[in-house]
Amino acid sequence: MEEQPLTTGRTSVQNPAITTGKSRSIREIVMSWVHNEAFVGYCFIMPNLVGFLAFTLLPVLASLIVSFTSWDLLSPPRFVGFKNFIDIFGFSLIPEAALASWTDYLFVWQYLTPKDPGFWQYLYNTAFLMLGIPFGMICSLFIAIVMNRKLRGIMFFRTIYFLPSISSLVAVALLWRWIYNPDYGLLNALLGFIGIQGPSWLTHPLWAKISLILMGLWSGVGGTNMLLYLAALQGIPQHLYEAADIDGANALHKFMHITIPMLSPTSFFIFIMSVIGGFQGGFQSAYLMTRGGPGGATTTLEYYIYNNAFKWFSMGKASALAWFLFLVILLVTMVNWKYGGKKVHYQYI
Amino acid sequence: MARVILQNVWKRFGDAEIVKDFSLEVPDKEFCVLVGPSGCGKSTTLRMVAGLEEVTAGDIIIGDRRVNDLPPKDRDIAMVFQNYALYPHMTVYENMAFGLKLKKFSDPEISMRVKEAAEILGIAHLLDRKPKQLSGGQRQRVAVGRAIVRKPKVFLFDEPLSNLDAKLRVQMRAELKKMHERLQSTIIYVTHDQTEAMTMGDRICIMKDGSIQQVDNPLSVYEKPDNRFVGGFIGSPPMNFMEAEVIVRGEECFLNEGMFEIAVRRRYKDNVMPYVNKKLILGIRPEDIHDKLSFTLNLKEGNVMSGMVDVVEPLGSEIFLHVNTGKNEIICRVDAHSKVQPNNIIELVVDTRKIHLFEAETGCSILQ
Repeated sequence: MEEQPLTTGRTSVQNPAITTGKSRSIREIVMSWVHNEAFVGYCFIMPNLVGFLAFTLLPVLASLIVSFTSWDLLSPPRFVGFKNFIDIFGFSLIPEAALASWTDYLFVWQYLTPKDPGFWQYLYNTAFLMLGIPFGMICSLFIAIVMNRKLRGIMFFRTIYFLPSISSLVAVALLWRWIYNPDYGLLNALLGFIGIQGPSWLTHPLWAKISLILMGLWSGVGGTNMLLYLAALQGIPQHLYEAADIDGANALHKFMHITIPMLSPTSFFIFIMSVIGGFQGGFQSAYLMTRGGPGGATTTLEYYIYNNAFKWFSMGKASALAWFLFLVILLVTMVNWKYGGKKVHYQYI
Repeated sequence: MARVILQNVWKRFGDAEIVKDFSLEVPDKEFCVLVGPSGCGKSTTLRMVAGLEEVTAGDIIIGDRRVNDLPPKDRDIAMVFQNYALYPHMTVYENMAFGLKLKKFSDPEISMRVKEAAEILGIAHLLDRKPKQLSGGQRQRVAVGRAIVRKPKVFLFDEPLSNLDAKLRVQMRAELKKMHERLQSTIIYVTHDQTEAMTMGDRICIMKDGSIQQVDNPLSVYEKPDNRFVGGFIGSPPMNFMEAEVIVRGEECFLNEGMFEIAVRRRYKDNVMPYVNKKLILGIRPEDIHDKLSFTLNLKEGNVMSGMVDVVEPLGSEIFLHVNTGKNEIICRVDAHSKVQPNNIIELVVDTRKIHLFEAETGCSILQ
C-alpha cells in the first residue's frame, strides 16, 4: 500500500506528477492549493484582512503623516514638522514677562500661557465626563443584580432596561433636551415639587457636564455592561454562597467577599473599555445637546478633533490630536493592566 | 458535640416528593453514612440538616434544639461540599479563617485554630497558596480544614471524595476516618459509593426514592439486607438475583430456579413454607458461589449448579466469572489461579447458609 500522509500541511501533498517530473494539469494545481491548510486559512481571513488593511491600518498610518502637515483638504498638504504638536501642547511667554534675574527663570511657568487654552479645557472636560464611569458601573451592577432575580416576566424587564442602550441617540437626546428644559422640563418640575429651584441644566458650564453624564448613565447602565455583569453573576457558582451561608455570612458579607471578587474580571474589563470609550467619546451627545457649549464647557477631545477636521479643515492638527489621544489611551490602559490587573481573580476552581 | 434527630421529615419541590417521611437518629459521635443511587434524596436530606433547604414537614433537631427555622450559621454545623466550594480569591489561610472572622474571633485565636487544623491535615505548608495552586486532594483537605476550625457540633459531608481519583479516594477515606476518631464528632456523610459507606460508616442509612430502606451497621446491612434493593446496592459486584419456585419434596424444601435446585436449610424452612409453589427472589452474593473443584465443604444434594462461562474477569487477587445458567446470568468469585476459560462448562456450589430470599412483589426479605 502506498504511504498516505495523514495531514496535508504546506508541503505534504505528494502529487505523483511532481515526482515524475511531468507538468501538472490546472486541476492538480488547484487541488494542491485546496489541500494546503495554510492557503485555505488565509483565504478565510482574507475578506476581513483586506478590509482592515484598506480602511483601518492604511488611514491610521496616513493620519500619522498628515499630523506633520498643514492640510485643508483643498490645497495639497504642506509639511510643517512638529508645528501642529507645538500649537497644541506648546506654551508661550506672556508679553509682559520681563525675565530679568535667574529667579525669574526659576519660576518661568508664571509667565507662560498655553498656545491653545481650548485644548487644556477640553482635556479637563473629557476627564470630568469620565467621572460618570464608576457611577455607571455601580448602577449596571445594581441593575444586573435585580435582573438576576428569578421573577415572573424577568425577561420583559431585562428588555425594558436594555432598550435605552439600543435607542437612537438622536431620539434620546431630543427627549433629554425636553427633560432638561429649565422652564418646562420634567426634571425641574419634579425638583419644583420638593421646593428646589432647578438650575438651567444645559446652559450652565458645570451643570451641562453633569447633564451629559446623567443622560449617559440613563442610556448606558442597562445596556451591554449590565448584560456582562448579569452573565458574570450567573457564572458565580452557587456553592460558594452556600459555603458562606454555613460560614455565617450575611447578605452584605456575601456581596463583599464573594460577589465583588468573583466579578472582578468583568469589572476590570468594563472599566478598561469604559476608560477607552471615555477618552474617545462625548462627541455625539454633546453635539446633539449643547453643541459643545456653553463656552466649550462640554467640548471633549473627540469633539475638538471633529471641529478641527470638519469645521475648520485643519486636518494636520486634527490628526495630531488623534495621535495624542491614541497615546494617552495606550498609556492609561497599560497602567490599568499593570496596577489594576493584580486585583483581578480570574479563575473559578 | 451533639446528636442529630430527623423526625418524619418531608421535602417536596412542587409535586415532586424528594424526601418522604424520613426519620433517623444519629447519636453523638457517630459516623453515619447516607448512601443511595443518585436522585434518592440523600443530598437534599443533608442540605436540610445544614439549613440550605427548607423542610416541608417534620422536625430536625441538633443537640436539644429544633433547628427547622434557624439559618445555617446558627445551627453550629460545618459542611464539606463535593466540589470543595473554596473561595478562589482567598488563600488557604483566609479560606479557613473566613468563618471565624465572621464570628468575630480574635486574630490570635483564629491563627491558632487554623494552624492547628492545618497541622492535623498536613497542609501547614500551603497556607499562603490560592486554591487554584492546589491539587484535588489538597483542596479537599482545605475544605475539611475549613470545617474543623469552627469546632462545630456536627460535620456534614456531601460526597466529599467524588472528585478525587481512585487512589486518593482510598487514602482520604482512611484519613477522614482517622479525623473522626480524633475529633470525636458527629458526622453525617453522604455518598453514592457503597464502598465508602461500608468502609467509613459506624452505621449506614440506605435510601431509595426519598425513603429509608435500612439503617444498620455495615456488616448487618451486608449480611442481612432488609430488601432486594439493599442486597443489590451494597456489595460489589452486586448480589445475583434469580426467580425461584418453592417446592416441597418429602421433608425437604427446595428452591427451583428452572435449571437447578437449591435446598433450603432447616432453620429457614418456617420462613419459606408460606410460599410453597410460589415464586421468590433468590439472592446469592458472588463470593457465596464457589467453583466445585475448590470447594472443600461436604456436598449435599441441592446446592450444585452448572453453567457456561461467558466472561472471565481476573483481578489478581480473585477472578469474577460471568456464568450463564441457561436462565440467568450470574457473577461468581473464584480463586485467582482458577484455569477457567470462557465457554467452559463449570460446576458451581452454592453456600446455602448464606442465601437471601425476597418476596417477589415487595422485594422484602423473608429471612429476618
